Amino acid sequence: MSARRTQNRLAFWFLLPSAVVLLGVVAYPFFFNVYISLTNWNMFHFRNPEIIGLTHYFRLFAEEDFYRIFGKTIAWTAINLVFHFTLGLGAALLLNRKLPGRNIYRALLILPWAMPQYISALTWRGMFNVEYGAVNLILGKIGIGAVPWFTNEFWAFMAPVITNIWLGFPFIMVIALGGLQSIPKELYEAARIDGAGPVRQFYSITLPMLKPVLLPALVLGTIWTFNNLNVMWLVTDQGLPADKTHILVTYVYKAAFQYYRYGYAAAFSVFIFLVLVFIVKGYNRAAREEAY
Amino acid sequence: MARRITAGRIWSHVWVHALVWMFVLFSIFPILQIVGISLRPGDQLYSTDLKLIPDNHTFAAYRIMLTEKPFLLWLRNSLVVSLGTALIGVALASLGGFALSRYRFTGRGAALQGILMTQMFPATMLLLPLYLMMRKFHLVDTLGGVMIAYVATALPFCIWTMKGYYDTIPAALNEAALIDGCTPFQAYFRVTLPLSTPALVITALFSFMTGWSEFMVARVMLASKELMTLPLGLESLFTTYQTEWANYAAGSLLVCIPVVVLFLVLNKYLVSGLTLGSVKG
Repeated sequence: MSARRTQNRLAFWFLLPSAVVLLGVVAYPFFFNVYISLTNWNMFHFRNPEIIGLTHYFRLFAEEDFYRIFGKTIAWTAINLVFHFTLGLGAALLLNRKLPGRNIYRALLILPWAMPQYISALTWRGMFNVEYGAVNLILGKIGIGAVPWFTNEFWAFMAPVITNIWLGFPFIMVIALGGLQSIPKELYEAARIDGAGPVRQFYSITLPMLKPVLLPALVLGTIWTFNNLNVMWLVTDQGLPADKTHILVTYVYKAAFQYYRYGYAAAFSVFIFLVLVFIVKGYNRAAREEAY
Repeated sequence: MARRITAGRIWSHVWVHALVWMFVLFSIFPILQIVGISLRPGDQLYSTDLKLIPDNHTFAAYRIMLTEKPFLLWLRNSLVVSLGTALIGVALASLGGFALSRYRFTGRGAALQGILMTQMFPATMLLLPLYLMMRKFHLVDTLGGVMIAYVATALPFCIWTMKGYYDTIPAALNEAALIDGCTPFQAYFRVTLPLSTPALVITALFSFMTGWSEFMVARVMLASKELMTLPLGLESLFTTYQTEWANYAAGSLLVCIPVVVLFLVLNKYLVSGLTLGSVKG
């Protein structure tokens, strides 16, 4: 009894500083944000915001933009994850062989992840420059011709997608490489004796054995990609052409800090949060069903 | 034993190498681009040449960045913010992680869950309320305000890392210190903490890199030119009427090199810290 009380008292003092920061800078703002979403706080009502209930939420679901951006966010997340996993896994399988200079290759392939994200994004924005950017110059050399990045809605979406694929595959590669090295070699020998070819070995041994490391990476990757402000914002220079290229988080950022629509942006944020909770819950359920 | 070399084996070697090189090229091409652009002389800024090392290459852009542009001011601001974040982050995380590792207190499970959950919050959701709160406390447009935001961003990961490391140190050492008459704080500070140097280093570097590479929060919180951090400064070269290509490239390389080197050394630990949280939940 009293031992528990001592533990509680000690833990309290050790945790106090972190708790103050996390409660003050994370938990309180979270609830404050819900409050903002219920007010008409914006540039005109900056000093006297009033509670207006769920108006912003209704407005949200009535907007056409909302569905377009939501759709783009889903596409953004899905395309990125598919490429991160296929490229990351592919690179990991290659590097898992006995290859001279393997550690150098590994270091070179991690570079996109090691660079500060904003520098990668700005650099790619430069490379997508229509006249002087390296991407169009190369496309011109091989006879495809210039692509109107940033003036065409489709290509303006593809530019950040390509950037983020480049940026994100090394993470999966590193995770998968770690997982591959922990698979016992005997499994493959046994499979060979039983006559399983490389493809069969991949689906029956490699993938199932990698699942415990890849599943958490999938959850993290989904959250990171879904929430990625930097790449979308910086590559498309705040949503070129004319605010057409946004995902949920960049749209909210612009609504809040460029257009000062605080209440509206807050309501949008609450929606984003609920979507994320839904996704993570879904993964957890899938993982639990797998376990049985 | 002589190795049998068949045509098939050679071909598979060639294939593997070709594929690896395709990956490598994809990875390093943008980086080679920055290097090349940073070496361009002033009259070739809008060149349509694809040479990796331009003709008449020069280090002029580096000199301009270091002497004519406020690069050193940005560097100072970034160092203040990043070092501050690292210092506070390590101090808080090493204390908090200790409680989570050593004590079985009421609400421990909830605290662990809560820390993991913070990773799910979209930055935009917290940024608006945080900005409005900081306005109230006059912390907008101060380096301290940005530092607070960065500490909160890095802290959950840091606490997890510290807790995970403490878990590997025998608790008996701590108990022995207590029996020898140490106070609980002394047992932590004199016995457990000195054994945790690797985790402290990782936590410090992670917090440092959080501050060093952050753009979106700084953009909202800092308005004055004198307070610009490196990310804001480098972006400002980009959005002016004419993009200062070579200067941007030179500056970003100077900014990249230290963190890239750190990252290559550290990535193993970062990955295990990240996945540990979700696996052991």
